[in-house]
Amino acid sequence: MPLRSGISIMKIITCPINGPRPLQEFHFGGEVRTMPDPNSATDEQWADYVFNREGEPGLKREWWYHVPSGTWFIAERDNRTDEFVRTFLYGAEECDG
Amino acid sequence: MDRRLPPRDGEWIDRSQSVEFRFEGATYRGFEGDVLSSALWANDVRLLGRSFKYHRPRGVYSLAGHDANLIVEDGIRTNMRGDMLAVSSGLDVRSVNTLGGLDRDRLSITGRFGEFLPVGFYYKAFHTPRRLFPFYENQMRKVAGLGRINSANQRANSPKDYAFCDLLVVGAGPAGLAGAIAAAEQGLDVLIVDEQQRPGGSLVWQWADAATAREHLEGLLEQLAAHDNVRLWCGTQAAGYYGDYWVALVDDTHLTKLRAKSMLVATGCFEQPAVFQNNDLPGVMLGSAAQRLIQLYAVKPFDRAIVLAANSEGYRVALDLNEAGVDVAAIADLRRDGEATELAQRVDDAGIRVYRGYCVYEAVPAAGNKRIRGATICALDEKGVPRSEALTRIDCDGIAMSIGWTPNGGLIYQAGGRFTHAEHVEQLIPQTLSPGTFAAGRVNGVFGLESQIDDGYRAGLAAAAHLGSFTGDVPPSPSHYESPSSHPYPIIAHKGKKNFVDLDEDLHLADFENAHQEGYDNVELMKRFSTVGMGPSQGKLSNINAVRILARLNGATINQTGTTTSRPFHQPVPIRHLAGRSFHPQRRTPMNHWHVRHNAEMVYAGAWLRPEYYRVDGESRDDSILREATHVRNNVGLIDVSTLGKLQISGPDSVEFLERIYTGRFAKQQVGRLRYGLACDETGVIIDDGVIGRFSEDRFYVTATSSGAAAQYREMQRWAQIWNMDVTLVNATGHLAAINLAGPCCRDVLQELTSTDLSATAFPYLALGEAIVAEVSAKLMRVGFVGELGYEIHVPASQAMHVWEALMQAGERFGIRPFGVEAQRLLRLEKGHLIVSQDTDALTSPFEADVAWAIGKNKTFFVGARSLAILRKKPLTRRLVGLMFAASDAGTLPEECNLIIANDELVGRITSIAPRSTLGYPIAMALLSPDLAKIGTTVKIRVDGGSLVEAVVASMPFYDPENSRQNVQAES
Repeated sequence: MPLRSGISIMKIITCPINGPRPLQEFHFGGEVRTMPDPNSATDEQWADYVFNREGEPGLKREWWYHVPSGTWFIAERDNRTDEFVRTFLYGAEECDG
Repeated sequence: MDRRLPPRDGEWIDRSQSVEFRFEGATYRGFEGDVLSSALWANDVRLLGRSFKYHRPRGVYSLAGHDANLIVEDGIRTNMRGDMLAVSSGLDVRSVNTLGGLDRDRLSITGRFGEFLPVGFYYKAFHTPRRLFPFYENQMRKVAGLGRINSANQRANSPKDYAFCDLLVVGAGPAGLAGAIAAAEQGLDVLIVDEQQRPGGSLVWQWADAATAREHLEGLLEQLAAHDNVRLWCGTQAAGYYGDYWVALVDDTHLTKLRAKSMLVATGCFEQPAVFQNNDLPGVMLGSAAQRLIQLYAVKPFDRAIVLAANSEGYRVALDLNEAGVDVAAIADLRRDGEATELAQRVDDAGIRVYRGYCVYEAVPAAGNKRIRGATICALDEKGVPRSEALTRIDCDGIAMSIGWTPNGGLIYQAGGRFTHAEHVEQLIPQTLSPGTFAAGRVNGVFGLESQIDDGYRAGLAAAAHLGSFTGDVPPSPSHYESPSSHPYPIIAHKGKKNFVDLDEDLHLADFENAHQEGYDNVELMKRFSTVGMGPSQGKLSNINAVRILARLNGATINQTGTTTSRPFHQPVPIRHLAGRSFHPQRRTPMNHWHVRHNAEMVYAGAWLRPEYYRVDGESRDDSILREATHVRNNVGLIDVSTLGKLQISGPDSVEFLERIYTGRFAKQQVGRLRYGLACDETGVIIDDGVIGRFSEDRFYVTATSSGAAAQYREMQRWAQIWNMDVTLVNATGHLAAINLAGPCCRDVLQELTSTDLSATAFPYLALGEAIVAEVSAKLMRVGFVGELGYEIHVPASQAMHVWEALMQAGERFGIRPFGVEAQRLLRLEKGHLIVSQDTDALTSPFEADVAWAIGKNKTFFVGARSLAILRKKPLTRRLVGLMFAASDAGTLPEECNLIIANDELVGRITSIAPRSTLGYPIAMALLSPDLAKIGTTVKIRVDGGSLVEAVVASMPFYDPENSRQNVQAES
């Protein structure tokens, strides 16, 4: 059984506001990255921030957007099993435990 | 000769319903309930199809939907499997893979050349010389592939359906039925599907000689009927698993998109063939196929048979055959110790001779290979090698093979489970199952009938526990106590090279040995080189034997060798079940019906439908577009721009927010004024533009491009969250409509409908206001996208049609005309206004697009600012420029995306072109290498035909560079 890559097209994702909804209602927003301070970052550090993405297998933090309701949230997804471990609103991770 | 047996309990045929059908031009009779293969066999027709490569005669083999050589077509439907196709009156089918008919197939000559068609032959033989490949391809296409497509067929829409359940049970055999009962007792909503026409699984054919089997089946069905939370769908295959228990269910008529919460796989096993010389000829079949013929269709499989056995099931086959009146000449048992159960005694009582430690060495074909007339058997030595020097010849017309099983585990693989080879059953069994997947019965390595029922019940409880409906203890899975039902190596070497491993692809034992010798010693490589398992049955009858052969060649275990995974579909699915209807999501503006009524040629702009131009009788498309544009230049026109993104931004942080999103400055923007807004992404690439209007200190109105509006709004929402800003974003794109009124006379037209003073001093260029237009409250913006005096009027969608018609009426005395998106594109091109994503691409910076003026001076931060600071230091690699062509070039002009060439190098491309313009000559925009971007430089563009067309770099705007048209006063 090879590693599964990508996201199977019939997945259900739990939106923190709207609950479980089919994947078709969502838009993928890319990896969660922290912007370095644009004033102090070197050109190389800045280029690394805008162009490079962490592709290694494991637990990923990703932006997802529930299109019909306009809800952005963060998902922790294990890209080895394609499992959404948890989803929460940006900034809510501390309270969510 | 009629091979039909007297009526039997449990048979699936309805003897009161005789049907007449045609096969290969001849007429036969069968019964309602027959499949094509059983009806033909009942008529003693044994040649049912030809193999794919050598065109060898083939007959009934599995009778379970895997008979890849028994494929027929009826002129409308193609590639139907004979062992699944129900016969009906009027059915008229022929075999797909023949030339000149099944019986006298001219392509069977390829069988004689088998020696010269080794594995990999096509890869090697037709590789060189390259120039001959089109010829090779043409010849090969005539013999490759199966079936003919009737292109005159009507499009057949097949319906789609949705279903939901708590637990999907796949397989209505003993394990599946028991599992469904257990889950239903715990209150789950259960759906059982089975690809066969009736429930029972192996209970209806394999245990049929035992009275208990029928009792079990009746008992299970009775218990099931007591629950109204169970649905049972027969004739329905679970074709594939697609994530989170979304399973495609396919029956004869349609596709059901099922969303389950969990899945119990009780799909059983595929019986596997043995490999010996001529193991493919009509008359050699799986033991289960012979049992299905007897029990389901009441057909006597043979007159005199040999059973090749390596398990208890083989002895049952012998007893079933005997009971059906077949003379069982011998059981050749691959096991040296033979059968240990009481079945050995029953076989002995029936007078059947058992040869222990014997194999079938070869089947002896009758003349023409279309049936067999005997077999030779011989003993196996301690290493399992046949003692071919001492052969025993036995006359027979049939050989039933019962040597092993492999799990029907595709759904388990697809759901993320893994299998491991278990020696106690000599079979792959599930090693890990994904959460929510359960397996029971033979697919789980549990073979005894009572054990299968127990295992199914256990799995049903486990599913209920998984879903929280059952809190008790789930019993452990029953163990397999008997001897393995599968032989570890049922493969008999023979120099004759007709000992087939894969009947779909005509691969025999030596093909694997040769492939291994050439270095294909990995299971995935072996599969691709030899094409094993890539035929219509997808290796259901060949993969495990291929893995065994490879494992032995490598001196490795099955687990070390590995297996290939199983992808959807489980069984072939007619493509009409998958094809969707031609739905295309459409967005229509409130004025859509008006446009259509006024002969607009509608085009898609993303999901939006927009008028491309308005057709006029006797006028060409290009003429209409140019006329519409000229009318805007000289008079007045109006265009529906409702597709523009319309975003309302308010709150105390609005200014700061806009300054971070857009490149420009807005802090000092006056209330009632518009500014150009340019948005970049974090890499400094232009992603959108529009106008930003200020209604009050903290209330803004922003437009976005039609195609980019959704993304722009989405990104704004994300940034507002990340920056934690006190700002409210409303996407008003759908609930507001917009009309652009443009041309020298437009002020007079609009002034008739509003009391707001539109004079140049009161409402100058780039003014913004709220006004009552035709008694409708509107947002009014004075803009100049098309290069003329112009107003955008934004009104609620529900009132837009009224406003549009009022404008048409007010403009009547000026000869007002609507114009389409093509005229608008021409007008803005003349004015040198770029369209984001038309004249820019995924790498275009504001410096390249010559809009760096829109970047606010000394801004500390906006999205993309840091990247632009880096780009600013670097030399430009291209620039957006204007090009003009000689008027005489019309007809040979380039198209958008044609390349600009200098010294055989690619130096740019056309982004927009207008073959005709109001200026009298063709113009274009292009992204061009900066060293060629100087005004007056001549460049060459390669057009689609291959020739080069010259153009001259021109300054933009082409039209009205002083912007004096904004001050034009109409003579009224």
